[in-house]
Amino acid sequence: MLEQLSWKVGGQQGEGVESTGETFAVALNRQGYYVYSFRHFSSRIKGGHSNDKVRVSLKQYRAITDHTDVLLAFDQESIDLNVGEVREGGIVIADEKFNPKAPDHVRLFVVPLTKIAEECGSAIMKNMVSLGASACVLGLPINIFAEVVEERFRRKGQKIVDQNMLAIQRGFEYVKELGGALPEFALKPADGTRRLFMMGNDAIALGAVAAGARVMPAYPITPASDVMESLIRKFPKVGGVVVQTEDEIAAINMAIGAAYGGARAMTATSGPGLSLMMEAIGLAGMTETPVVIVDTQRGGPSTGLPTKQEQSDLLAALFGTHGEIPKIVLNPATTEECFYMMGDAFNLAEKYQCPVIVMTDLQLSLSKQTTEPLDLSKVQIDRGYLASEADLLPAPQTEEFKRYKVTESGISPRVFPGTKGGIHKVTGVEHLESGRPNETSRNRKIQMEKRMRKLRGVEIPNSVVRTGDADADVVIIGIGSNVGAIAEAAERLRSEGLKVGHAHVHAILPFPKHQLEAAIGSAKKVLVVENNATGQLRHLMSFFGVQHESVDSLLKYDGGPFLPSEIYQHVKGMF
Amino acid sequence: MTLDLKAYENGNRPTWCPGCGDYAVLKVIQRALLELGIAPEDVVLVSGIGCSGKISHYFGGYGVHTTHGRVLPVAQGIAAARPDIAVIAAGGDGDGYGIGVGHLVHAVRRNLPLTYVVMDNGVYGNTKGQTSPTSPTGYRSSTSPHGNADEPVHPLRLAWSAGATFIGQGFSGDIRHLVELLKQAVSHPGFALVNVFSPCVVFNKTHDYAFYRRSVFYQETPARSSAELIQLLETHPFPLGVLWRTDRPAAARLETGPADAVPSDCMRRWLRGTLG
Ligand SMILES: Cc1ncc(C[n+]2csc(CCOP(=O)(O)OP(=O)(O)O)c2C)c(N)n1
Ligand code: SF4
Repeated sequence: MLEQLSWKVGGQQGEGVESTGETFAVALNRQGYYVYSFRHFSSRIKGGHSNDKVRVSLKQYRAITDHTDVLLAFDQESIDLNVGEVREGGIVIADEKFNPKAPDHVRLFVVPLTKIAEECGSAIMKNMVSLGASACVLGLPINIFAEVVEERFRRKGQKIVDQNMLAIQRGFEYVKELGGALPEFALKPADGTRRLFMMGNDAIALGAVAAGARVMPAYPITPASDVMESLIRKFPKVGGVVVQTEDEIAAINMAIGAAYGGARAMTATSGPGLSLMMEAIGLAGMTETPVVIVDTQRGGPSTGLPTKQEQSDLLAALFGTHGEIPKIVLNPATTEECFYMMGDAFNLAEKYQCPVIVMTDLQLSLSKQTTEPLDLSKVQIDRGYLASEADLLPAPQTEEFKRYKVTESGISPRVFPGTKGGIHKVTGVEHLESGRPNETSRNRKIQMEKRMRKLRGVEIPNSVVRTGDADADVVIIGIGSNVGAIAEAAERLRSEGLKVGHAHVHAILPFPKHQLEAAIGSAKKVLVVENNATGQLRHLMSFFGVQHESVDSLLKYDGGPFLPSEIYQHVKGMF
Repeated sequence: MTLDLKAYENGNRPTWCPGCGDYAVLKVIQRALLELGIAPEDVVLVSGIGCSGKISHYFGGYGVHTTHGRVLPVAQGIAAARPDIAVIAAGGDGDGYGIGVGHLVHAVRRNLPLTYVVMDNGVYGNTKGQTSPTSPTGYRSSTSPHGNADEPVHPLRLAWSAGATFIGQGFSGDIRHLVELLKQAVSHPGFALVNVFSPCVVFNKTHDYAFYRRSVFYQETPARSSAELIQLLETHPFPLGVLWRTDRPAAARLETGPADAVPSDCMRRWLRGTLG
């Protein structure tokens, strides 16, 4: 019996590929399996090949596999494009309708998916037939789909629910007749533990609400839009507001206005939007306004690969704004981290009164994964240094409140409009403690140093998480959603007796120099794994002075996330 | 405590050139707020970049000086987060009708309650007199030495076509009129555009105080129909007063909750929704 397997469904975009994948994944997640999914899609609504790959396992993996065990094909193109990765003796289930052909190394089950669906009531139920067929091969009872089908179709009436369940059953029986109940593909039963199942963007939205975010101006862009769409539905319940703006420049500036007004405010975008936001991020830095910007990275430059994986905004996030400001950049790697890091992001933004960029990547943002319970009690709201009654000036206020008071920490008291005795000025021009413009060299130095002091010497705790052998010969450094692929590769290498460590970076600004140095320790070789063409993380390491005589890069910029085998092969070659 | 004009001043002396129309606009904002009884701590003056943008530095209430062209997004952010605060946005014609014109159309559509005062001097004052979006055709400057070939932006028509609920126009040379206009704009429950002819005495030699005194036309009541408004603007290129006023509900749901309340019942429900 299998402890894990990879299942894939392929077809034309818009013909139910996503809903088939989703139903399959959700049903298995509810059985207590760990599920990790991957969506291959393109920037069009109807047509074009798309596929959903779902990895099911008894222990958690956060990576897709290179091979596929079972491929479900709605058209010949799906076979042609994906059969190469179906393992020797693997299964292809295909619709009889297109007279499917498959190479010899796989076992082909031709099932009249469309015909059976029509007999059950409607051709669109072919995805249900295909789920039944899949269940038969994997030795799963069809009732695992009952709950999901019931939830999805309840509103349409019991008849539709019954028809869909019948379609699943007929698919199951048809494959059974063909001899498709194969013991070697049967999945070991899971323990039934209920866990969450969501994508990074869901976790970001939930994390934002929990963290007290209440204003989100944003402009739609793949792969960030779900955050805004999710918050539009949630905010009314808590008195928050999402504003769909005319562009990203408006979005970030509106967030700055809302944050100045006293709300926890954020926006979410991807690379093109991040580029447009740069001037305003400087305004937030200069005016010491806390805002949170989520950058869900996708393939760049320009419109680039809008629906594909990449991690190529690191340098832009750090250096994109003209002039110099203190800023924080966080890099979650899992859905759980997306949730908790939104809380961290707002707390850090308000503690240090500066912009915070939370960077995900497309694979983390859009791919659903089994998620451990999210503990609300771990989300604490700390609004930082707010002026107390005693700090405020007596009436009548004859001078301005020192919003930019020079302090040892560089952090000054914040006050919101509507407060008596707190009137001050805010400006992107260099200014005095009162916020009044002042361009003298003396004041410039005082205020620049005050701002820079806020983050001087700071490293955010747990910016680097180190796993694997403490005395590793090779340390693999990674970021973002590649966490699972690296972990899996390292585990395989260790099982072969090689000494391998994994250092994952969860914040790149302030750059965790000391944490990285400690993570590298006395390793002979360092490999930096990242989804871009120029080795941005590696450049940052040398820029910030992390020194090592043997640092190598493993780069992937073809639009796909890393596969464990790619990392495994490369590291093996380093020994 | 009774308020006086001093409460709206902050002792910071403006650096505008003597005679600049923007002095009057500052004074008008201060007076209108005093007469409306809105305390200085309950108002934010948000300004853009340019000579006109400096206005927030000289104001006795809360003030935010933004970047070039972005005064409206910042002002709307404040308005969205703080429905209890009066928000006045202010800037130049380059700021609002050039670099930031995209935001104007959408601020008008969104209709969040705020007043937008544009100090329209037909030039880029702060960068030394280049042609601006409201410079007339034929206008000569360092960036149009052979005369401006472009059609100027018509801000009032632009705002009207985007669905404006309040359009007013004033002149720095008539403070009393402008105070009344601004009071109406600030009291308007939606987005109010107030275009103010505010002469740049250094760079714009054609549109000076004398020119406006000759050209303005006092319109006593707002146009009652679109046709009437268009007719008015065709007949009188420089009409003053509240020219257009309608009511359309402002964007819904501005109430933002406190940031410290983790809504645990909602959260639990939402988390259940992601049980997969
Ligand atoms: C992004 C950007 N581009 C250009 C400038 C330079 N700049 C400053 S003020 C200004 C023009 C201001 O003209 P206007 O808005 O008409 O205001 P005025 O100075 O006439 O009051 C320009 C182009 C800038 N500050 N920022
Ligand atoms: S240059 Fe023109 S707009 Fe600027 S302060 Fe002087 S008069 Fe006013």
